[in-house]
Amino acid sequence: MMNQHVMEVDDVSTSTSMQLEPIQVNNLSVSYQGKPAIQHINLTVQPGAITGIIGPNGAGKSTLLKGIMELVKRDSGQVTMGEQDIKSLRKNIAYVEQRSAIDLTFPITVEEVVLLGTYPKLGLFRRPRKKEWQKVAESLEKVQMTEFSKRQIGELSGGQLQRVFIARALAQDADIIFLDEPFVGIDMTSEKVIIDLLKELKNMGKLIMIVHHDLHKVVEYFDELIILNRELVASGPISQSFTTENMRKAYGSTMGDIVIKGVSD
Amino acid sequence: MVMNFIQGLIKYEFLQNALITSVIVGLISGVIGSFIILRGMSLMGDAISHAVLPGVAVSYMLGANYIIGASIFGLLAATLIGFVEQKSPLKSDTSIGIVFSSFFALGIVLISRAQSSTDLNHILFGNVLAVRQSDIIMTAVVAVSVLIFILLFYKELVVSSFDPTMAAAYGLNVKLIHYGLMFALTLVAVTSLQTIGTVLVVALLITPAATGYLLTNKLTHMIIISSIIGVVSSVLGLFFSYTFNYPSGATIVLTAACFFLLAFLFSPIKGLLFRNKGGVMNEEV
Repeated sequence: MMNQHVMEVDDVSTSTSMQLEPIQVNNLSVSYQGKPAIQHINLTVQPGAITGIIGPNGAGKSTLLKGIMELVKRDSGQVTMGEQDIKSLRKNIAYVEQRSAIDLTFPITVEEVVLLGTYPKLGLFRRPRKKEWQKVAESLEKVQMTEFSKRQIGELSGGQLQRVFIARALAQDADIIFLDEPFVGIDMTSEKVIIDLLKELKNMGKLIMIVHHDLHKVVEYFDELIILNRELVASGPISQSFTTENMRKAYGSTMGDIVIKGVSD
Repeated sequence: MVMNFIQGLIKYEFLQNALITSVIVGLISGVIGSFIILRGMSLMGDAISHAVLPGVAVSYMLGANYIIGASIFGLLAATLIGFVEQKSPLKSDTSIGIVFSSFFALGIVLISRAQSSTDLNHILFGNVLAVRQSDIIMTAVVAVSVLIFILLFYKELVVSSFDPTMAAAYGLNVKLIHYGLMFALTLVAVTSLQTIGTVLVVALLITPAATGYLLTNKLTHMIIISSIIGVVSSVLGLFFSYTFNYPSGATIVLTAACFFLLAFLFSPIKGLLFRNKGGVMNEEV
C-alpha cells in the first residue's frame, strides 16, 4: 500500500518532493558469534535529511546499517517505515558497501556496474532495455563519469569508483540510500561531487544514512547524527547531538582534548 | 593423423558419440565455469564433481538413471559443506575438503562393491568408448536446461557474483541462486563423467574460464571465449586421445591447460609479458 504510494510518486517525477515516513528502529540488537555488536538501539531516522553515523572503531556503525536492512541476523528489534516493515521496502533501498568489499578484478565495466542499479525494479526475467541504459547514462553524467563508462572498474581510482557506486544508487531510483564510509580514501573532487549530489537528493525528500569516520566534516555534511558505541550515545539534529559531552561519551579518553570544528558545548 | 581421426569419426559410432558429448560438455562447462571462478568457487567445483561419485554408484546398483543419483549426492554435498561451515568455526576450504573427500571415498567403496575395478577406472578418468546414444540425449537435455537457467537468471547471477551484499540488500534470494548454481554445476559434472572422468572434471570447468578471464574485461566476452576454448579443447583432446590411445580426460585437460598457458603469457591485457599496459588492477582500495 505504502510501497505503491512511493512507487507512484517515483514514477511521476523524481524532482517533486515526496512524502516518506521516518524510519523507526526499535530495540535493535545484533551479535556476532555471541559477542554483542550493537545493543538495544532505539532511534528515528528522518527523511529529507542526511544522517551521519559516527563512533569509534568497532562501535557497530556498519552493523547498524546491516541490522536495519536485516542483512545480518538480529537478536531483537524491528525496523519500520510508517506501517511497513523495512523488509518489504528492500527494492527501494540503495546500499553501497565499503569499497574494500568489492572485487576490482571482476570483468565488469563502469556502465555495467551502474546498470545493476536498475535490476531491483526490473525484477526477474526482464532484461534491461533502452530505458534502463538511458538511466545509466544520466546517472553517470550526474557523477561526471561519462567518459569512463567503458572502462573496467579496476582501472579507476578510489574516488572514481565511489562515484560509480553512487551512480548505481542513482540508477536504482531508491528513496532510501545507505552508504558505508563513502568518503574514505577518495580525492577532493569526488568527495565534492558526491556530497553535492547527496544534498540534492536530500532536498528531493530522500532518506540518506551515511557511516562516517572523519569528525571534521560532520557539521558540513550532516543534518542529523547518530552517535554510536555499541549502544546509542545520542541521536538527533546536529545542533543537539554533536556536543562535547556526547563525543566524550562515545570516544572516551581517546578523544583527549582535541577540539572538533563545530562541536557544541 | 588428422585424416585417420576423421576416418575414425566416419567409421565408428562411439567416436561420433564421444565427439558430440565432449563438444556439448566443453561448451556448457565454459559457461558455468565462468560463474564458478568469478564467485571464487573453484574448489567447490572440484568438490561437487567428486562428490557425485557415490550417487553414480548407488544409481548403478539400483539400476536407476545415474543423473538422478548424482544430482542428489551433489546437492547433498553442497548443503553439507554449507552446514559444516556455518555450524563450526572452520573455514570454508576445510569444510569443502572434508566433505568432498569423504563423499569421494564413499563412492570408491560403493563402486568397488558393485563393479569391477575397470569400471571404477572409467568413472575416475573417463572412457570415450562408453558413450552411448542415450547418453548424448541426456547430455543435450542437461546442457539445454543449464543454458536456460543461466539465460533466465543471468542478471541475478551477475549481481550476486559481483556484489552479493547489494543483491541481498535489495531482496534477492542469494542463497537460492547459490544452490541453483550448485545444482547446475552438479548436472554438468555428471555429464562430463564419461569423457573426462570425475577426477578431472574441475579442470574443464575452470581452465577455459580462467583463460577467458585473462583475455577480456567483459563478462559476456569471457563466457563466449571460455565456451569456445572448452569446445576446442574437447575436440583436440579427443583427437589426441584417439590418435595416441591416451585417456580422453587427460588429453582434453592438457589441451585446455596449453590454451591457459598461452593466455597467461601472451594475453594483451593481463598476460605476464604485457603487464603494466592498462589491464593491471588498481592497487588502491
